[in-house]
Amino acid sequence: MLNKLVVENLKHRPVRTLLSILAIGIEVTMILTLVGLSRGMLDDYKNRAKGVGADIWVRPPNTSIMQFTANSMPEKLVDFFQKQPHVTIATASANFGAGFMETVSGVDFDRFSQMSGGFRFLGGGPIRQPNEILVDDRYARLKKLRPGSMIRLGDREWRVAGIYESGKLARILLPLPVVQDLAGSTGKVAQIFLKLDEPANAAKVTEALKSQLPDYHIYPIEELTSLFTTSNVQGLEAFTYVVITLGVVVGFLVVFLSMYTAVLERTREIGILKSMGASSGYILGILLRETMVLAVVGATLGVLMSYGTQYLINNFTGPALTQTIVPDWWPITAIIAISGAQLGTLYPGMKAVHQDALEALSYD
Amino acid sequence: MTDGKPAIIEIRGLRKVFHVGDVDVAALRGVDLDVRAGEFVAVIGPSGSGKSTLFHVLGGLTPATGGTIRIDGVDLAQLSEARRTALRKSKVGFVFQKYNLLPTLSARDNIAIAQHISGKAQEWTAQFREILRLLGIEHRLQHKPRALSGGEQQRVAIARAIVNHPAILLADEPTGNLDSANSEAVLGLLRDLNQRLGQTILMITHNPEAASYGHRIVRMRDGQIQA
Repeated sequence: MLNKLVVENLKHRPVRTLLSILAIGIEVTMILTLVGLSRGMLDDYKNRAKGVGADIWVRPPNTSIMQFTANSMPEKLVDFFQKQPHVTIATASANFGAGFMETVSGVDFDRFSQMSGGFRFLGGGPIRQPNEILVDDRYARLKKLRPGSMIRLGDREWRVAGIYESGKLARILLPLPVVQDLAGSTGKVAQIFLKLDEPANAAKVTEALKSQLPDYHIYPIEELTSLFTTSNVQGLEAFTYVVITLGVVVGFLVVFLSMYTAVLERTREIGILKSMGASSGYILGILLRETMVLAVVGATLGVLMSYGTQYLINNFTGPALTQTIVPDWWPITAIIAISGAQLGTLYPGMKAVHQDALEALSYD
Repeated sequence: MTDGKPAIIEIRGLRKVFHVGDVDVAALRGVDLDVRAGEFVAVIGPSGSGKSTLFHVLGGLTPATGGTIRIDGVDLAQLSEARRTALRKSKVGFVFQKYNLLPTLSARDNIAIAQHISGKAQEWTAQFREILRLLGIEHRLQHKPRALSGGEQQRVAIARAIVNHPAILLADEPTGNLDSANSEAVLGLLRDLNQRLGQTILMITHNPEAASYGHRIVRMRDGQIQA
C-alpha cells in the first residue's frame, strides 16, 4: 500500500519527479565523468608508456612524473646508456608543445621501432619527406585526418604520412632532430628509453645507473607506470574531491528544495494522513521512500549518462582527454546520491511530521 | 433506542484557548456533553460558536486547554500528540466538509490506506461490501477523486471513516459542499449507518435541516452548549 502511494505520488507530479531524477542523474554523471576522465587519461598514459617497449625510463632531474618534460638532458647520454651492461637498445625522445595539451614527440624511428616492435599503420606509412608527420588513430579521428591531409603545428604545415595504431608514446610523432629544432633544443632530449637483454635485470640495472647518475629519475617501466595515479598529478586529486563535493552539495540542494516544495504542496495530504492516525514514522517513511526511488532512478540515469559523456569526450574533445567507464564507482556514487537525497529529505520530512494536523487540514 | 447505553463520549468542563498574536481567544468555555453509544447527535450553531473547535478537540487534532474528554473510556486530555494520533486509528473516523481524499489514490486505495495505517487487514468483509453498495460507490472504486462528483467523494470519505469500525464518527459540515440532492443522500446514508450498524455519529452543522437527521440536537453559542 505504501509503495503504491509512493509511486502514485511520484506519478502525480511528473515534472517535479523528472527534474529531481535529472538533478540526481547529473550529480552522479558529474562524479563518474570526472573519475572516468582522470582514470582514462592515466590509463592512456600508461598504455602509451608501455607501448614504447622499454624496460627502463630515464627522465631529467627536477621533473615531475606527470608533467610535460622539457628537453633538458644531453642527447649524448644515449651513447652512455647504450654502453651499459645488459642494455641492448638505448633511444631518446624530445617534446614540443604544439598547443593546449597537444604535445609532439620526436623519436629516432629506426631505434624506436626496434624497441617497440614497430608501428602498425592503419593508413599511409612511414615518414619519407621533411614536412611529413605521423599521427595515431585517435588523433586522426578527432581531427578528421587521413594520409595526405595537411595539419598546422608549430606554425608549420605538415602532411600526414601515416596513421598508426595508438599506444606508442605520443599521439603525434616527428623525427627527433625536427622536434629538437622546433623546440629550439638541438642536442637535448626529454626522455631516454632503455631496452635490456632481460626485463628481469631492470631493478639491478636501475640501481647501477642511479649510483652513477644520482640526480636523474631512473625507473623500471613497472615502477614508472605505477606512479601514474591521481595523487601524482599535482592538484588532480584535490580537484577531483572538490568536484565530487560540489556534485554532492548541488544534488543535496536540489533534492532538498524538491522535497521541501513537495512537503509544502502536500501539507493538506499530510494533514489527512494524520487525521487517519498516521504516525510520524509512517509519514516520514513515505517521504524517504519517495526520495529513495528518485535517488535510485537518478543514479541509474547518471550511470547511463556517463556513457553519453564518454562518447562526447572521446569523440568531440581534444586528443588529450580520454574518459573510461568506472563501474567500481557506480555503488559509491549511488551511495552518495542516496544518502544526499535522504539527508535532503530529512529536514522537510521532520517539518512535515511535526506539522499541526489542524493547520495542515486547513491548508489550501 | 440508545437509552440506557453507556456514554461513549464524556466531555466535562472542556476549554480551548487559541493564542492569536498577543491575544487569547477562548473558543470553548467549559463544554459538558455526553453522547451514548449508537447515538446520532447533531451539534448546531452559528459561525464562531465553537462547534468546529469541539470537533477538532474531540478528534484529537488539537489538544484541549482544560477539562476532560473521554472517548470509549480513554481520556484524550491526558494523551500526548503521538498517543492521540494512535487513538485516531481505531476510535475516531472523520468526515470533512472538503472530503479530504488523497488525490493521488483511487477511491479503493483511499479506503485501503486507512486500513493500512490502522494496521488492519485490507480484505473487505461482506458487511463492508454491503455498506459500499449502500453508499452506491462500489462501481466507482477504481476512480481517483478528480473523476468523482462531490457527492461520490463524500460517500468515499464516509466509507473510509468507518472501514476501521471507529467508536465514533465525527462529521464536520458533511453536506457543506454538496447540492440539495447529494446533501439529502449523504445525510440519509449517515442515518442508515447509524441505524444498521449502531455507529455513533457526532455531526457538526450550521444547517437546521441537516441537524434534524440526528436523534438529538445540541446547540452551541459563544463556546458553550446551550440548555
